[in-house]
Amino acid sequence: MSGNILVFAEHFRGALTEATFEALATGRELAGKLGRSLEAALLGSGCRDLAQQLGVAAKVHYVEHPALGDVTPDLYAEALSQLVRICTPRAVLVPLSNLTMGVGTLLAARLRAPGVNFCTAMDIQDGEIRVKAVLYGGKLEATVVPRGEPLVAGLWPGSRNPEEGKSTTPPSLIEDFRPQLPEKPQIRLKRYIEPEAGDVDIREQPVLVAVGRGIQSEENIALAEELAAALGGAVCGSRPVIDQGWLPLSRQVGKSGATVKPKMYLAVGISGAPEHLEGMRNAPLIVAVNTDPQAPIFRVAHYGIVGDALDVLPALTEAVRKRRQETHA
Amino acid sequence: MNVLVILKMVPDVVEELEVAENGAALDVEAARMMLSESDDHALEEALLLKERLGGKVTVVALDAPDVDEALYTALAKGADRVVKIEGLDQPLTTSLAAAAVCEVLRTQPDLLPADLILTGAQAIDDLDGLMAPLVAHHLRLPYLGVITGVAADEAAKFATVVKEYSGGVRGEFEVPLPAVLGVQSAERPPRYVPVAKIRAVMKTGRIETAAAPVMADGGLALTEVLALNKPEEAGGAEILSGAPEEAAGKLCGVLAERGVL
Repeated sequence: MSGNILVFAEHFRGALTEATFEALATGRELAGKLGRSLEAALLGSGCRDLAQQLGVAAKVHYVEHPALGDVTPDLYAEALSQLVRICTPRAVLVPLSNLTMGVGTLLAARLRAPGVNFCTAMDIQDGEIRVKAVLYGGKLEATVVPRGEPLVAGLWPGSRNPEEGKSTTPPSLIEDFRPQLPEKPQIRLKRYIEPEAGDVDIREQPVLVAVGRGIQSEENIALAEELAAALGGAVCGSRPVIDQGWLPLSRQVGKSGATVKPKMYLAVGISGAPEHLEGMRNAPLIVAVNTDPQAPIFRVAHYGIVGDALDVLPALTEAVRKRRQETHA
Repeated sequence: MNVLVILKMVPDVVEELEVAENGAALDVEAARMMLSESDDHALEEALLLKERLGGKVTVVALDAPDVDEALYTALAKGADRVVKIEGLDQPLTTSLAAAAVCEVLRTQPDLLPADLILTGAQAIDDLDGLMAPLVAHHLRLPYLGVITGVAADEAAKFATVVKEYSGGVRGEFEVPLPAVLGVQSAERPPRYVPVAKIRAVMKTGRIETAAAPVMADGGLALTEVLALNKPEEAGGAEILSGAPEEAAGKLCGVLAERGVL
């Protein structure tokens, strides 16, 4: 058992993901506390150059195979499990993203190793790895210890600053590993579907009024539109609102949608599930309106109003209009 | 096209969640349970496939508070068969739940083969793993997750599925059948079914039961939850109190100060 920490470096369309750098930052801390080294696993086909950006790791395992050209969870987990059996890490950190969803679970299952999802922080206590994981849409937090090795930890993206996992110097060692895999994956990517251009690009808006389940019906979206117009911004939404078809896909904020950083993000009737927070938590001013004072959104918001979206929205629109009139007068 | 759907009950997070006396688990008795949201979408996608291609939809769920209502609702929506697995103690980890479901699928003579197995992409309590890849692992089937659309040919040899990435980008994949898919959202919102129809199904419909298997490993979990808490407040919002008009006025003051207004 090497006891090192191994980070699974994911990349999409030629670029390493920010979640990878977050995992490297967490991995470096953990390896430091254990007195072990940080390694990274880069899987793919013809992408060895990306290893140069993983300099936070002492060693990068470049796992090359033609069947690893696109991410298919089965083959990625198989290739990773072959590597893990050789480099015997104490923990494997896997970004919990849509791109590689399921890879961590499959890896743990193949290795009969403990898996923990939704990790936001990792620490060492009494020589044991302790993991903080968010559960129930962010309402509760679990402290978990693995019973066995290696721990396969799925790290929730957006939990820390990815800059801490970046380095300007390349890794000191890049080692090639050729996994035993079928020549072709069973599951085949046929094409990418690009997002349809929406009427507005929500990433470019100075102010966003975001609506969630608390808006209750499609008709009530108009209340948010009025406020957005008064503030000089646009309306966006969380997943449930998009799934209902009340707003187009181009207005979705969060894990599957856009990551936004407006001057002000007003979250109305949004509970603040981790998937949503991932897309907006870095906005410099976040205001939340929710009936539930325990809603996780209040933990990332700077200001909050405990109240019903349908009462607060018109009151806010009125107050903003009044204020604008006063300043223009 | 025969589709098998695996459903799971999770606590409704709109309600206050209580931690059990041991400080390390959810107090399930105190929680209001509901069908996991993405499982509801998996069921909808299965029903859409049945409408397009014919065949049957079979639903399997582990016993949990209020699961009967979810299963009768599935029947009312158009599922052909619903099976409840009884005899496992709550709370279960997702790994153990997947192992139990798969053991029942393997041992009950008439549940498999299915052309497609659908379940939610992820549930809010999937602490130790996701259901869809675990089921794929146990049944040795291909798996893909975060699915938002499924089309299949009549011969049920391949499915063309749409998977979500981030930033609105999606990928279209060809998946050989049978396979396990983790559904993020169905092509349309889960259908509404009137309460009267569910009540009628409760009188005429039948929930089949299957006994939970004895787990080969004794159900030993590979992870241990030491504590379950409300997350520590990191900063937290300054609450602007008062009636909506008053709170709105206070917020306008803040926005003016911060240069937003």
